[in-house]
Amino acid sequence: MESSQIIILAIIATSLATFISRFMGALTSEKVSVKSKVFQWFNCVAYSTLAALLGRMIIFPAGVLAESELMIRIVVVCICVIIFILSKKNLVIPTIFSGIILSILS
Amino acid sequence: MINSKVFFQGLKSLKGSKSPAIPLAACFVALGALLKDAGFNLQQSAASSLFTYALPGQLVMAESLLVGASLVNIFIAVWLVNFRLYPMTVSLFPLLEHKTQPKWKYYLSCHFLAVTSWLIAKDGYKKIDKKHRIDFWIGIGIGTWTTAILMTMAGYLSAEYLNKDMLIGLAIVNPVYFFCMMIGAMKNLSISVAVIGGTILGPLIYVFSTEWALLFAGLIAGTIAFLMGEKNGK
Repeated sequence: MESSQIIILAIIATSLATFISRFMGALTSEKVSVKSKVFQWFNCVAYSTLAALLGRMIIFPAGVLAESELMIRIVVVCICVIIFILSKKNLVIPTIFSGIILSILS
Repeated sequence: MINSKVFFQGLKSLKGSKSPAIPLAACFVALGALLKDAGFNLQQSAASSLFTYALPGQLVMAESLLVGASLVNIFIAVWLVNFRLYPMTVSLFPLLEHKTQPKWKYYLSCHFLAVTSWLIAKDGYKKIDKKHRIDFWIGIGIGTWTTAILMTMAGYLSAEYLNKDMLIGLAIVNPVYFFCMMIGAMKNLSISVAVIGGTILGPLIYVFSTEWALLFAGLIAGTIAFLMGEKNGK
């Protein structure tokens, strides 16, 4: 197969694999009431799955991030969280700061 | 059909001190540069963000292509990494539900579900009248989705001007933004336990199983958090 065909098929496979979870979620939502325990459980699982992904992205990153030092990444994240709390939950300052400081340190 | 006032309220969440536009732009610029590296052309890069619009899955796709993985492997790897979108949808959509709204709005707009839009919607839905919450969500979705597509193209086009250190800097912006938003969301015991537990278990289980780590970490930490919340009345 030509490489451009493989890329197109990969885009289709990736998009389908992603949309399935979203669409199943939309269908399940019709049967879940906001006040139910099931909803609370889904909420907890959603937050922890997301947290698991973030923890993994920082400790075992994919892509270019893998080329930076683990300790530097952890320090940058910790500093940014402190800035976030001190700046009364401003999200723009810590995120811009993180990018600049990691570019300089790596 | 769509309440434009509420729609624009959602769209406007891209501005201000909680703006997701900057971190979203940074990570999709980095993705655009990566896709160019993986042999994509400009149209294919834009199409990837248009149709997938979920960064971790797109990263998995690009890396799998670079190592020559099969289509079936790509599909399974992406499904596992993006499976988080299922509990995320179920924990958001019931909040947006209203019987006067047509179903197609929900079925189509679930495509906008990604970490950024989810966190903004969870943070802001209470301010919106129940009847129009889905339009608020569509506003957030259109804004974040368009940003992602345009920035993927910008990243692709500017790839040769970005050196490695700059790309590393761009890549950290996204996890840092999400982390801060998650900490901002830790308003009760169960969410706090869910976030802290997931952060620890995610990388820990990854050591044993790279593919199943997210699913297991999410289920275990989420269930513990739920039970603790129940026991302590949240």
